[in-house]
Amino acid sequence: MRIANCLASAAFVLAASACTTTFEVPVETPIKPKLDVAAFSRVLVAGFVAGGTEDVDANLETVRLLRNQLKNKSRLKIIDADVLPLREMAAKIHPASQSDPANPALAVDLPKIIKEDRDLQAFEPLFANVAYWKKIGEEFQSPLIVTGTVMFAPQAATGYVQREQEIYDTFGRRQVVPIRTYMERKGFILKPKFIFIDGRTGAVLYTETFREEVLYSAEQSNPALSTYFELMDRLVPAFLSTLSSQSIRGTRTLLK
Amino acid sequence: MTRLKKSLTLAFAAVAVSATVASAADRKEARSQVEFGIKVAEQGLWKEAIYRWERAAELDPTYAAAFNNLAVAYETEGLMDKAKKAYERALELDPKNVYIRQNFDLFKEINDRANRQLSR
Repeated sequence: MRIANCLASAAFVLAASACTTTFEVPVETPIKPKLDVAAFSRVLVAGFVAGGTEDVDANLETVRLLRNQLKNKSRLKIIDADVLPLREMAAKIHPASQSDPANPALAVDLPKIIKEDRDLQAFEPLFANVAYWKKIGEEFQSPLIVTGTVMFAPQAATGYVQREQEIYDTFGRRQVVPIRTYMERKGFILKPKFIFIDGRTGAVLYTETFREEVLYSAEQSNPALSTYFELMDRLVPAFLSTLSSQSIRGTRTLLK
Repeated sequence: MTRLKKSLTLAFAAVAVSATVASAADRKEARSQVEFGIKVAEQGLWKEAIYRWERAAELDPTYAAAFNNLAVAYETEGLMDKAKKAYERALELDPKNVYIRQNFDLFKEINDRANRQLSR
């Protein structure tokens, strides 16, 4: 009797696994935001210390782009204020400027033109200045403040690249073969560093750095502004996922 | 003594048989819970589906499909740790099942990306 039952169980298991019925269902997997912004109802995209090319005002463009994106994809209310002149502010509030309060901008060794990453490093004390950001926060009723640095610079590269070429053999048959060619290329590199500051305390809550680049053939002429938007497009979803939850659509298989 | 021994043997046999029967009944019930869970999940009622599939997994802890479905439901509810455990259990029970493997691979891709974002 017991053996019969065991056999029946085994047969049941085998039969069940042999004829698995599947159901494909659409799913949306929610991804939690990186930053808990429940305490804030407003966000101020204050401005950025920007450098690199002079063809694009990366400070103004970044502020405009992020405000627009947040307007559509975040529950936070966007504060539509003037963009802060952070480079000037950095000179005023730099610790070294205290030695010559009458002429602070001259007393501080901040780069006049920002061309490289290391030029931006001189502005780091600005973002760590709790008193300054707390004051800005008080002015705008304690919002979440988004600031940081943006480096958008041209770049050039030469070297071998692989591309596909059509060839026709002696019988006239078409083939596509990969070939390596030496090319001169130019493009841009975009390196924004987003700093999220608590407007109530002035303290930095979270920092995130991105790096995107694009290279075109040297003969191709791409305006700097359109390249800037092309590169920002790639990293905006990651920026938004800091503040708002996102969902990833897909399908999964349910089993019977 | 022989009679007692025989009675005891019969009693043990009866218990064993009833346990096997109960287990078969549980499996049947687990299967119907899984089927009902699929029906409600197809309508987007994932919380109800979770309740059904948790019940099925309790009734038959060797039912890989229940754990697979449970993992999918946990995933849609954003319960990533629970989903991971359920997928792992499903694969432990049915390591060669390509559907479970595929679901788990897709889940891992999303989960790893989310964790990378958080650790940045």
